Amino acid sequence: MSAIFWKEVKSYFYSPMAYILIGLFTLLTSIFFLPNLMYAQGSFTGNLSTMGFILLVIVPVLTMKILAEDRKNGTEVLLITSPASITSMVIGKYLAVCFVFLVMTIISFIYPVVLFAFGGTFTVDLIGGYVGFILLGMTFIAIGVFASSLSENQVVSVIVSYVALLIMYLAGSLSTIVGGIAAKILNWISLMSRYDGFSRGIFGLSPVVYYLSFIAVFLFLTTRVIEKRRWSQG
Amino acid sequence: MAGGNEMIEIQNLTKRYGQIKAVNNLNFTVEKGEILGFLGPNGAGKSTTMNIITGYLSSSEGTVKVCGYDILESPKEVKKRIGYLPEQPPVYMDMTVKDYLDFVADLKTVDRKVKRSQISDVMELVKIGDHRNRLIKNLSKGYKQRVGLAQALVGSPDVLVLDEPTVGLDPKQIIEIRRLIKALGKEHTIILSSHILPEVSAVCERVVIINKGEIAAIDTPENLSKGFGAASKLLVTVSGPKNSVENAIREIYGVKYVETGVEKDRESISYIVESDKDIDVRKPLFFAMAKLGYPILELKSLNLSLEDIFLQIVTQEKEVE
Repeated sequence: MSAIFWKEVKSYFYSPMAYILIGLFTLLTSIFFLPNLMYAQGSFTGNLSTMGFILLVIVPVLTMKILAEDRKNGTEVLLITSPASITSMVIGKYLAVCFVFLVMTIISFIYPVVLFAFGGTFTVDLIGGYVGFILLGMTFIAIGVFASSLSENQVVSVIVSYVALLIMYLAGSLSTIVGGIAAKILNWISLMSRYDGFSRGIFGLSPVVYYLSFIAVFLFLTTRVIEKRRWSQG
Repeated sequence: MAGGNEMIEIQNLTKRYGQIKAVNNLNFTVEKGEILGFLGPNGAGKSTTMNIITGYLSSSEGTVKVCGYDILESPKEVKKRIGYLPEQPPVYMDMTVKDYLDFVADLKTVDRKVKRSQISDVMELVKIGDHRNRLIKNLSKGYKQRVGLAQALVGSPDVLVLDEPTVGLDPKQIIEIRRLIKALGKEHTIILSSHILPEVSAVCERVVIINKGEIAAIDTPENLSKGFGAASKLLVTVSGPKNSVENAIREIYGVKYVETGVEKDRESISYIVESDKDIDVRKPLFFAMAKLGYPILELKSLNLSLEDIFLQIVTQEKEVE
């Protein structure tokens, strides 16, 4: 697992990919940070919800190659015929994407630090907010990894993850419109409604469990997709 | 089976894709230290079989055992003991040769203490040491193939499965790689696929001919030639009138069949002479022609090559259908 993890981390940072995406994330976050400075808005927790939306744009591009590329280049054969199990391969790759995401997150710490330097107040809810942000990002990544396992075409995988993430992003608001069983189902997959609490500074255990199970389910599905292909593919 | 020396045991192996049977009921064993050739036309099921043996694909039916471990029951044990070079070398284009082999060694959980020395040994063996710091995408096809082979050798597995290892190499490299495979055969058990027949007869101790997913023949290259060549053939070019030459050849003891071939120029015509396997008709042929005063311009024996056998088997099957 660690071999695959480090290989993937290196491949992100040896190529322009990681830098472009981290740069884009930082740029977008900075744009939304401007009002904090202009209107002397001292709290950063509100920004975290915007950053959640930015992640929605960034993550599919970050994850699109993670499995699709191996399949396209034939390197999947090497990974699958190695003694490492499929589960450890998927987890290794997943954690590598999370690593890039964490680098992004750590860079974003600079904004609250700037706010404190200019007299903003540190509140505990910021920690809770960041925990929520990291969980949200890791969930997005799990969905992206799953999408990447579906096709050897990276364009297909990026579109699938955009659509999936968008549905999950909007599910909360949609559920209030439709009502009934559909609303209940939409609520299950509503990633953002769990996130709202975090960005308002409410730290609950149940959203944490929710996100972690979401991640586990999607990583499990990813291993199933790869395993299933071993039985049917030519 | 005697000795328990079987490194690879394949029983009733079948792989279906929907209605199509890509591989149908294969049975064979490979003994320790043996180099087994896998021969067949494109799409015969060679790669599929190799993918199943190495655990990349799952079989629909049947069992594969490597060193006594079943691929379905203990895949990890099997995969530890196999080095696999697939048809397309599984290399990462954006890595250097050394980084790539380092990654493969970690992936195969090679002990850290021996890792470095093993990687340089392997690079030495396939002669890519000079390119260790180059990105794989900048290497030529032949070198990529060598990196692929190096990858299979990392972790010194007991069994090597090589899918068309000499594709894309220049003639000199092909000879080198063949020599290397022969040398590796002393310590490793090797399955090698190819559609290049001389390669198989040069390198392999036993040949499995596979056609349309089924085993058409399995034997040593020598036995295959013996079994299928019931007659020996000669190509002879004689300068003289066609009819009298033909008649003269027919009269020679042992000649079974004469086929008139190409008229090379006005005077000389080439014939293909088939005779009983254990009778050498070359000397009587010479004297017969000399007696008539027709000079022999060319005389060579056409031994049945693996190529002929292969074509015979593959076309025979067609006729049966």
